Amino acid sequence: MTLQAYLTLAAMLFCIGLFGVMTRRNTIGILLGIELMLNAVNINLVAFARFRGDVAGMVFTVFTICITVAEVALGLALVILIYRIRRTAVADHLDLLRG
Amino acid sequence: MAATGDYALWAWLAPGLSFLLLSLVVPLRRSGRPAAWLSIVFSAGALVGAILAWRATVPDMARRILWEWIPVEDGVLTSVGVLADADSTLMLILVALVSFLVQLYSLGYLADEPPASLGRYYAYQSLFAFSMMGLVLAPNFVQLFICWELVGLCSYLLIGYWYQRPEAARAAVKAFWVTKAGDVGFLIGIVMLWSRTGTFDFSDLFAMAQGGSDALTGIALVMFFIYLGAAGKSAQFPFHIWLPDAMEGPTPVSALIHAATMVTAGVYLLFRTSFLFEQAPEVLHAVGWIGAFTALFAATLACVQADIKRVLAYSTVSQLGYMMAAIGAGFASAGFLHLLTHGVFKALLFLAAGAVIHAVASNDIFAMGGLARRMPQTFVVFLIGTLSLAGIPFFAGFFSKEEILGATWAGGLTLPFAMLVLAAFLTAFYMFRVVFIAFFGSPAAVATGAPAHGAHGRDAGHAHDAPPIMTVVLWVLALLAVTIGIGFARSHPESEFVVPGFITPLAIGVAVGGIALATVVYPLRWISPDWLARRLAALNEAAHERFWLDDLFALAYRSGILGLSRIVGWFDRYIVDGILNVLSAWTLTAGDRLRRVQSGQVQDYIYGIALGVLLVMVLLRWPR
Amino acid sequence: MTLASFPVLSVITWSPFVGALLIMFLARRSAPLVRGLAVVSTAVPLVLSIAIFAAYDREAAGFQFFEDVPLVPALGINYQLGVDGMSLLLVLLTSIIIFAGAFASWTVKVRSQEFYALLLVLVTGVYGVFVSLDLFVLFLFYEIAVLPMYLLIGIWGSSGEVRPRGVFGWAFGRTGVGTKEYAAMKLTLYLLFGSAFILVGILALYVAGDSTSFSFLEMELSQFDPRLQSWVFLAFYVGFGILAGIWPLHTWSPDGHASAPTAVSMLHAGVLMKLGAYGVVRLGMGLLPDGTLQWSWLVGTIACINIVYGALSAMAQTDLKYVIAYSSVSHMGVVMLGAATLTEVGLNGSVYQMFAHGVMTGLFFALVGLVYEKAHSREIFKMSGFARSMPGIATAFTIAGLSSLGLPATAGFVAEFLTFLGAWQSSHPWWLFPGVIGAFLTAIYVLRVTKQIFWGPPSPDPHFLHLPDARGPEWAALWILVAVIVLFGVWPSLALAPVDSATMPLLNRLWVLQ
Repeated sequence: MTLQAYLTLAAMLFCIGLFGVMTRRNTIGILLGIELMLNAVNINLVAFARFRGDVAGMVFTVFTICITVAEVALGLALVILIYRIRRTAVADHLDLLRG
Repeated sequence: MAATGDYALWAWLAPGLSFLLLSLVVPLRRSGRPAAWLSIVFSAGALVGAILAWRATVPDMARRILWEWIPVEDGVLTSVGVLADADSTLMLILVALVSFLVQLYSLGYLADEPPASLGRYYAYQSLFAFSMMGLVLAPNFVQLFICWELVGLCSYLLIGYWYQRPEAARAAVKAFWVTKAGDVGFLIGIVMLWSRTGTFDFSDLFAMAQGGSDALTGIALVMFFIYLGAAGKSAQFPFHIWLPDAMEGPTPVSALIHAATMVTAGVYLLFRTSFLFEQAPEVLHAVGWIGAFTALFAATLACVQADIKRVLAYSTVSQLGYMMAAIGAGFASAGFLHLLTHGVFKALLFLAAGAVIHAVASNDIFAMGGLARRMPQTFVVFLIGTLSLAGIPFFAGFFSKEEILGATWAGGLTLPFAMLVLAAFLTAFYMFRVVFIAFFGSPAAVATGAPAHGAHGRDAGHAHDAPPIMTVVLWVLALLAVTIGIGFARSHPESEFVVPGFITPLAIGVAVGGIALATVVYPLRWISPDWLARRLAALNEAAHERFWLDDLFALAYRSGILGLSRIVGWFDRYIVDGILNVLSAWTLTAGDRLRRVQSGQVQDYIYGIALGVLLVMVLLRWPR
Repeated sequence: MTLASFPVLSVITWSPFVGALLIMFLARRSAPLVRGLAVVSTAVPLVLSIAIFAAYDREAAGFQFFEDVPLVPALGINYQLGVDGMSLLLVLLTSIIIFAGAFASWTVKVRSQEFYALLLVLVTGVYGVFVSLDLFVLFLFYEIAVLPMYLLIGIWGSSGEVRPRGVFGWAFGRTGVGTKEYAAMKLTLYLLFGSAFILVGILALYVAGDSTSFSFLEMELSQFDPRLQSWVFLAFYVGFGILAGIWPLHTWSPDGHASAPTAVSMLHAGVLMKLGAYGVVRLGMGLLPDGTLQWSWLVGTIACINIVYGALSAMAQTDLKYVIAYSSVSHMGVVMLGAATLTEVGLNGSVYQMFAHGVMTGLFFALVGLVYEKAHSREIFKMSGFARSMPGIATAFTIAGLSSLGLPATAGFVAEFLTFLGAWQSSHPWWLFPGVIGAFLTAIYVLRVTKQIFWGPPSPDPHFLHLPDARGPEWAALWILVAVIVLFGVWPSLALAPVDSATMPLLNRLWVLQ
């Protein structure tokens, strides 16, 4: 398999994630989209590491996965808090920063 | 043995010390009469110092620099010191004398004042004496200007002594503004003169004038600016408008500042710097003309005043015009002589008028009447002053006035000479008008006009001579007026010019003529004053309206300066600041519009980001 | 000399800052302690600045009490302090004003802790600008001096009436003209706008200079390209000039000074405006002789506009604080005019006017604050006859007014007189006339206001019955300032000797080029 294929997969994954982030109403859905985008990056990193024979990419990926876990934990905590306060998890209703 | 300089310094610093004490030691000032006595004692000391200084100048003239006031890189810009010669010490005596007598007199005149106010009054008086003596002794233009402004300040403060009366407040401010307008010219003149000659010092300038220095050629403009200062201070036409209003101050103040000393500072300045004015004959010419015109103009105004102090005020303006005319004719010493004699008899007149006002509680001569019997002493001294002012032989004013007439004739100012003769006639007339109306006839039934100072229950019918402290002062001045006059008659000092023979009879003639006319009109009533007024209707009305000059100045102030300021204020607020506010309002509006983009929806932002990334990619890939 | 052995300038500069820290941390909710600390931390610099004023070696001249600590050696940034005759006088001025200001704000009740802390931080910035010889450090101090003003005006200021009238009335309503928030914002924006110019100028000189150093002393030795000098001078002129209230960029000052609390107005009009003039003279004229010669006509002409325009605007105001604020615009014109004459007397007059105007306007604002506090009004034409109830305030006001109109025996006279002498000697002699006319117009508006407020019959308005005179600590503020005005009015050589030693080298550099 060529590098091209991995990159294409990653790009598709990223676009799916982006699409999810942009279109989902539910905050949890948006979080899932972000996960997909992050994983697309991970695929890229691993693919480059594999084809260039440089482990640095792998190391980065491990880091990213760790951070993703923390991020998901934090994100979900925020969503739950917002839900408690505002009684909703729909992103359209969360516009406190509107100018 | 102490020298002239020391005595002069002593005279100068004594009132300064008393001012320092009175201004810094607050309880002393608030105590009233002790403060007054302190000031009086110091001014007596100053008088002694001045007399000693004058006696010592005969062998010795002193120029003493005390303090290098403003240093510059290569030496001294200007310094403080005394220049004591025969002229300045003579003037010093006049200032110290009148100042001392007026302070003594005020103790009686202002006896009803609260102690704190009295202390304030004497603090101002001390400051005035100090500044005026500093002016007289000034060895250079800067010290002279400084003291010049300080006496102006004292004048302002003392006119506004009863600051709660709106008229007094207005008059004080008016006096300050009008003289300040002249001082602007004075300052410009000094600055220009320094630029040309590099010095402010009278001695250096005198040496330059003697040596015919190039720096002093063509200084007409400079001297004209300096003259403006003198014209403002000495109430020359058209700056004279402040002086009659200045009569709102207490009468002793009018006697000291607005008759004997401060207003003559302009004359003194011209006398002192006559060596410079001689370099600019065209300016001198103008000085003479304006002076003579002022003399005549003010004399006509004095004829229609009902307020005794205003009559005297216009008479002062008129006499200042005389002095200026003599200086303009090129004989400054004649003007200076009149300054000295005028200082004595005008102070006398004012103080006598003060005694009358004190007794009658009104300034209006028509509210007086018959005072000759009730206030015999005051009447006698007032009459002595009047005869002196009218120019009757054997009184102080006669000789000096004759000198001035002679000087203007000798100086070739023929038309001004005629004006001065006419003014002399009018002087005799209006002064005797006052004498006849106020001191003869019967007391007026109703007193008109506001009381001069919270005194109630006084009127012409119950008037009596002033308390001794005031009367003594009047007699001293009256005695002086007579002795100076007799002294002149016995030893006629040499004139610098030839007085033609016809001057003396002419001077006596017009004076007697004026008195005769007043006699005919007032006590004898052969000619009714109303008839006279009707015959001269236009002049009469113009004089009553002060020739509309005050209105003109008021108009210039209201419409000119205040109007301009309103325009500038509007421009600043609505154009300069307005444009700025428009810019900021636009910024605010633009922000308002732009903030709608900020929807608060994260997904909208992501759209934005995605579009932005797309745009960047497209632009990067764009074929060039 | 013992003064030379310890960093006296640093102590002067930082003691208000230390005072501010102590106030924030120690003096929680204890108003007397706050005031006590404020007085002590301003008294220390006052004593020290009198000491250095006395100890300054007038013969040796130049920068003395020198301190030099490397800050960022790689970029040539040093913490370099020193004073010459000019900054010496201005340091003294700052000490006097802030010491009097600490007394004048005795009655600040709302959050006095933060108020004094911010005020003291601001003063540190002012001292810093006057004593820094490193342009980078100078700029830092400059910003410290400008920024606290926003909070001081915005929180403790007072709003006037909003008057949305006239051509651009809609814009006035939109921006909230007259409110303290508006004034604070306007002032801050204006001054930051100016400091952008200053920063550009400083960086341009740093890049173009022979040495890679921000030190003033080293830059002074560099020869800059005349074209560079030309625009950098303009940048400094506009940047510092805004703070000095040059026309037509002066409109922050009336609004700002009118809205600010008393001590802030005193400090701002009294000292901060001098920062601007000092900047133009020190950096503009000191570093850029060619630029100075090229642009002196502009500086002087705008100064003349300032003088007359400021005086006329002051005359048109009905709010007492605005009158004083516009009079500052007019008097700062005298400062700039003196500097633009490029003559010895003129420049000395300019520096003297910085000092004289500082003290005088400080006194004015202190008095206006007192009158406002007692009568609760700033409307001139509603007040009348106050001299009876407040004779002390009336006396002090008169003295301040006399100094303002340049009456001899007050500091204002010496300054104006020297400036006028310089103006007539300069290459544009006509500058004399607007200057003198300005002095006359000042006499008109000052005496008109004095007469209206203090003279005349007592006002029938029941609010104005039984007004008290100044009390206790307020007297301290008034008499310190009055004494300084009179002292420097009768004894000008006290200040002129050191000033002359600082201005002459600067002018000699200019005259060589002429």
